Amino acid sequence: MTDEIEVKDKAAWDAAEKVADYEHGWSSDIETDFAPKGLTEDTVRFISAKKNEPEWMLDWRLKAFRHWLTMETPDWAKLNIPPIDYQDAYYYAEPKAKPKLGSLDEVDPEILRIYEKLGIPIAEQEVLAGVEGARKVAVDAVFDSVSVATTFRAELERAGVIFRSISEAIKEYPDLVRKWLGKIVPMHDNYFATLNCAVFSDGTFVYIPEGVRCPMELSTYFRINAENTGQFERTLIVADKGSYVSYLEGCTAPMRDENQLHAAVVELVALDDAEIKYSTVQNWYPGDAEGKGGIYNFVTKRALCQGRNSKVSWTQVETGSAVTWKYPSCVLNGENSVGEFYSVAVTNNYQQADTGTKMIHNGKGSRSTIVSKGISAGHSNNTYRGLVRVAPNAEGVRNFTQCDSLLLGSLSGAHTVPYIEVRNPSAQIEHEATTSKISDDQMFYAMQRGLNAEEAVALIVNGFAKEVLQQLPMEFAVEAQKLLGISLEGSVG
Amino acid sequence: MLQINNLHATVGEKPILKGLTLSLGAGEIHAIMGPNGAGKSTLGYVLSGRPGYEVTEGSVTFNGQDLLALEPHERAAAGLFLGFQYPVEIPGVSNVQFLREALNAQRKHREEAPLSGAEFLKVAREQAGALGMDMDMLKRPVNVGFSGGEKKRNEMVQMGIIDPALAILDETDSGLDIDALRIVGDGINRIMRRPDKAVLLITHYQRLLDYVKPDFVHVLDGGRITRTGGAELALELERDGYKELAA
Repeated sequence: MTDEIEVKDKAAWDAAEKVADYEHGWSSDIETDFAPKGLTEDTVRFISAKKNEPEWMLDWRLKAFRHWLTMETPDWAKLNIPPIDYQDAYYYAEPKAKPKLGSLDEVDPEILRIYEKLGIPIAEQEVLAGVEGARKVAVDAVFDSVSVATTFRAELERAGVIFRSISEAIKEYPDLVRKWLGKIVPMHDNYFATLNCAVFSDGTFVYIPEGVRCPMELSTYFRINAENTGQFERTLIVADKGSYVSYLEGCTAPMRDENQLHAAVVELVALDDAEIKYSTVQNWYPGDAEGKGGIYNFVTKRALCQGRNSKVSWTQVETGSAVTWKYPSCVLNGENSVGEFYSVAVTNNYQQADTGTKMIHNGKGSRSTIVSKGISAGHSNNTYRGLVRVAPNAEGVRNFTQCDSLLLGSLSGAHTVPYIEVRNPSAQIEHEATTSKISDDQMFYAMQRGLNAEEAVALIVNGFAKEVLQQLPMEFAVEAQKLLGISLEGSVG
Repeated sequence: MLQINNLHATVGEKPILKGLTLSLGAGEIHAIMGPNGAGKSTLGYVLSGRPGYEVTEGSVTFNGQDLLALEPHERAAAGLFLGFQYPVEIPGVSNVQFLREALNAQRKHREEAPLSGAEFLKVAREQAGALGMDMDMLKRPVNVGFSGGEKKRNEMVQMGIIDPALAILDETDSGLDIDALRIVGDGINRIMRRPDKAVLLITHYQRLLDYVKPDFVHVLDGGRITRTGGAELALELERDGYKELAA
């Protein structure tokens, strides 16, 4: 019995104990500097000017915008989304009292208060007081669209790690940014990614130099706060040869009636022998029990395993958003490169999720593992959509895919759509899929031992998702276990 | 401790219990025997509150409380434990996690302080050791990959950890070899043979009663108790069968 399991047990129990509505549902009164409503070339210019961007960046944005105008919304996902009026939204908002990045003391207390309410360990001592010794987590906090605080910067700099908001990086490290921006997710990749290229507001840039193991886990908390503001984050992580980084992304948003659009792009590059571990816990507002409101989450995440023996591991726990459209993928170009995708997606009430991954095997001996756990409750629909592709020249490729679906109640839907395209006969591809319900036997057994119905569901669901949850870093595993319980509240009658 | 009075219950509209009356005092061990389909398992489920088992008439009080008014987890917290005939698998959830959450849920319900990880593990280790169960098994997912005998032994470990006032053991002896039967029998005596506790043993066979000597033996047939006697009644049944008795 290790301490780690102990802590998890405790956390699962704490989670089961918690009975509350969406607890991040409030908005704060920070004055916001908006871009004019609507989306035109002027909007794009406004954003670029607001951020004092170099000419090349503006040109890049405009090129994307002009192409976006010719594109159409994709409709292949199993999602039912009313048409989005892109002219009826703001594309840029920043907190007005923009602090200079010095120390945490200079940050708007209102912002710090919000983070405190969210339980985000922004203060260094809180971070240091984290579970499992004093593991450090550097937090680059994104409040609406602008980074307001960066901690541990000095220690990272000593290691040669660059951890910046992407707007800063564009100015400070233009060559590095230009080398990779839009190279993993091309500007024309898809409707939402192209939109992001035109109007991305801020995000994170990370560079880990050759041979460096990042001395702490890097963490960014995204938060959508202003009313009617789309959030267009852009993240770029470059792991140079032989380096390692673990990156944590957490998301929460306050409650709003109107649907809010979110279209992020995340690009990862791993060179020879480099490894990136990217973990997400997403609990944006899912809408109310009748399906009113909630975030539309259209995310493009892709990793390029460019080098030999490079490895990228995506782990996601998706419990929020009204609509989730998200396929964190790996392009495995490097020989013996490795891609992993571990996912838990929970939908309740009227949430819709269409999520999965793509593993594109171009490199010889490349391997991938996909473990997807979908949990559907209420009237929700939960789809796994995944592609495994093996290129003609890629000898000795292996893939293992496991897709498990768990249904609660009789009105929810679970769907599995695997695409497998193999053009090299040496490939070994395995696909396993199961669909099950929480059985009455399990429920009664747990209740006879003393758990109430919601505690029993939380326990059984956590067991179902364990393979994925144990991939998460400790801090996130605890939060994720809690979220699973909270997300499924009201799903048993 | 437990008073069952004129209990009638249906499963899917089919009447199974038809006027069962039974009383268990503290410090007593009662065995319930009877032919297949007599309603023995139904009695265990009705008492523990399993959904789908509907009480249509009668009453049950447990330490002065109206048992039938309580939810299943409230009955557990009140001290009622059901040893399952077919223990259920819960993939991905370790025995340790399951039992600690369950025990602390009960304690919370009773307004007792939760057990810390260390305190819980101490209890778990003692109980597992007493029943000859490896701690590694306690760390494995609940009943997943356990043999029939291991599952039953695990039920007894759970009972030891939860330490209930009343245990209803539904065919805990089935699927056990001779050695396991003795270990389980010793476990029941050790955990439950106390002045403030009571046991309702549901069984088909006399053999468990060689190890756990009942104070009373009841024959359940056609949904009601048809005969009550001492330990000797079980031997009589073993010799003559239920048919002989009914005749």
